Amino acid sequence: MTTTIEKTPSIYNDDIVKLFTLATVFWGIAGFTVGVLIAAQMAFPQLNFEPFLSFGRLRPLHTSAVVFAFGGNALFATSYYVVQRTCGVRLWNDKLASFTFWGYQFFILMAGLGYLAGVTQGKEYAEPEWYADLWLTIVWVAYLLVFLMTIIKRKEPHIYVANWFYLAFIITVAVLHLGNNAVIPTELMSVKSYSVYAGVQSAMIQWWYGHNAVGFFLTAGFLGMMYYFVPKRAERPIYSYRLSILHFWSLIFIYIWAGPHHLHYTSLPDWAQTLGMTFSIMLWMPSWGGMINGMMTLSGAWHKLRQDPVLRFMIIALAFYGMSTFEGPLMSIKAVNSLSHYTDWTIGHVHSGALGWVGFITFGALYYMVPKLWGRKELYSLKLVDLHLWIATLGIVLYISAMWVSGIMQGLMWRSYDDMGFLQYSFVETVMAMHPFYIIRMLGGLLYLGGALIMVYNFWRTIRGDVCVKEQTLVTQGVAA
Amino acid sequence: MSFLYKHKVLEKNSILLLICIIVAIMVGGIVEIIPLFRTATVIEPVEGVRPYTPLELAGFNIYIREGCYLCHSQQIRPLRDEVARYGHYSLAAESMYDHPFQWGSKRTGPDLARVGGKYSDEWHTAHLTNPRDVVPESIMPSYSFLARRGAKLHNMGRHLAALRTTGVPYTDDMIKNAEHDATSQAHYGSDNQAAMEERYGGPLNVRDFDGNPMLVSETDALVAYLQVLGTMVKFTDYESEAPATKKASE
Repeated sequence: MTTTIEKTPSIYNDDIVKLFTLATVFWGIAGFTVGVLIAAQMAFPQLNFEPFLSFGRLRPLHTSAVVFAFGGNALFATSYYVVQRTCGVRLWNDKLASFTFWGYQFFILMAGLGYLAGVTQGKEYAEPEWYADLWLTIVWVAYLLVFLMTIIKRKEPHIYVANWFYLAFIITVAVLHLGNNAVIPTELMSVKSYSVYAGVQSAMIQWWYGHNAVGFFLTAGFLGMMYYFVPKRAERPIYSYRLSILHFWSLIFIYIWAGPHHLHYTSLPDWAQTLGMTFSIMLWMPSWGGMINGMMTLSGAWHKLRQDPVLRFMIIALAFYGMSTFEGPLMSIKAVNSLSHYTDWTIGHVHSGALGWVGFITFGALYYMVPKLWGRKELYSLKLVDLHLWIATLGIVLYISAMWVSGIMQGLMWRSYDDMGFLQYSFVETVMAMHPFYIIRMLGGLLYLGGALIMVYNFWRTIRGDVCVKEQTLVTQGVAA
Repeated sequence: MSFLYKHKVLEKNSILLLICIIVAIMVGGIVEIIPLFRTATVIEPVEGVRPYTPLELAGFNIYIREGCYLCHSQQIRPLRDEVARYGHYSLAAESMYDHPFQWGSKRTGPDLARVGGKYSDEWHTAHLTNPRDVVPESIMPSYSFLARRGAKLHNMGRHLAALRTTGVPYTDDMIKNAEHDATSQAHYGSDNQAAMEERYGGPLNVRDFDGNPMLVSETDALVAYLQVLGTMVKFTDYESEAPATKKASE
């Protein structure tokens, strides 16, 4: 990790990183747009257009587009960027690397078009049918090979901490993917398959997968991002090397156990629920260890937070990470879960992590990488980065507070009784009560999408090689003064 | 914390690092998942749970295809208000033939674990066609196309056979008659009813669910599925152990 590396960019395969970066931006906009649409559908059901554009088919399209298409491409882009620079070598095998790009985009298209046609396994975040799953397995093995071989032929003696996280993310997602998607197709030429697991076992395996899709896809991978881009942008070493070690091993060990907290009070045996709850609470510590390690990296450089909106993105991301990894253990406590489960509170929790943590750390990394990848000195406009930051933050605040209110309200309405001891509210009365909050949530989503569109404009001008004239003069004046 | 200094061994050997990662992430899954396959300790046996008939299974597949599980749960928790609202809490055995499980994670709409028999076929058909015709405040999408579309029943035997490989006890007889059973379940007074009920070991809902005798539609299949949900176990048989809970009117 020397600064001279940037002067000799030719040794790296940055073409592949550029492709993945553009795909990240493209799928981000697509995924956020579908999110706004389905949020609108929940406020105004007339916006469902059967059969292809109804909520039940668009919701998997939204989750897959943001998690696997936006998040996945961001992980490919940054892992390829980081592994080359921290190992001091070019990415292994250009051809296989481009295969991972085209193969992954093909997977996204195959899965997404399938959802619109109603082709789904019916398991959250694991909706793609067997043929798409098989294809993804091939692409993923290629990804592991490219990444691991690059590490193996590294010039640096040590493997940098960001790469531990990326490696854990790649291998664990492979294990989860294979474990959860064991199915039997009805016919070789049929898209339909049946999961080999049923009932209780199916539920446990699905949430072992589902929770760790969050834990490894959306957390470990993005922590890898954090461990490279925060120190680079702050120009400070990571706060504590020993904390990194503790953070890494405790996080990946404990995360796997937390799945059963999605199944509290269900037909899953109690011992499994209790184990899931216990480990979920324990998970709070490694999560905050990671947050502290990231934030304290700024010690001695806190003033940069005032000057640099890109760094601000990364630090707000860590703040959201800390907040949602506190909220998660809280919600995994059975008593709390009996209220929060099945309500919008869960949706709010997921989005404070997804929009705040995953989204913001990705935006931060993209704002860092784009000028470097396209050989520009800086972004077109740092002011627009700031505008993006505040619009998106406002959007998140609207989103999560609307979901807190509607979720807790609905949970309380479900369990309230009248003087006679009967249930006070019919189900549909709780649905009516949520209407205003669904509108607020939709506005929050629109703001977040608006912020991302500002980013697209900023990137477009940056890649063209423009520099905002106003800001240039401001900077020069600043220097002169 | 001197052991932290030994960590450099892992940092210099990528394969060893990879192996240690795999070991670390396998433990939790093994401890939590493997014991669940000792079914005897996990699924208490109850009378009445049977595999879905071919028409119900076709309905189950439509339920998945349209993503119903994203807004409706099928899992009643043993909490006072849920038992009052939806009925007896769900038993593990009741979902033992659901490949995959349909417990859900969100109740944008109400729980459906015991929706069977709660509403008439006419109500369901009208509700699927346009939910706001029967529940004005509903935010559910309309599914009017289901009534116009014929259910794909010609290969239900293949579906049953695939499920049998996963452990669902479909007999050769059931597989052989799958297509015929599927079609005849959607007709009143079908002469196949007795044979079908013998195959599946109990009374079945055999009728024209969507009120259109000209077509075995996807609505027929979906309503056949919804009407059997939560009705297989007769809780009156277990009354002495669990006091009956009165359902509050909704």
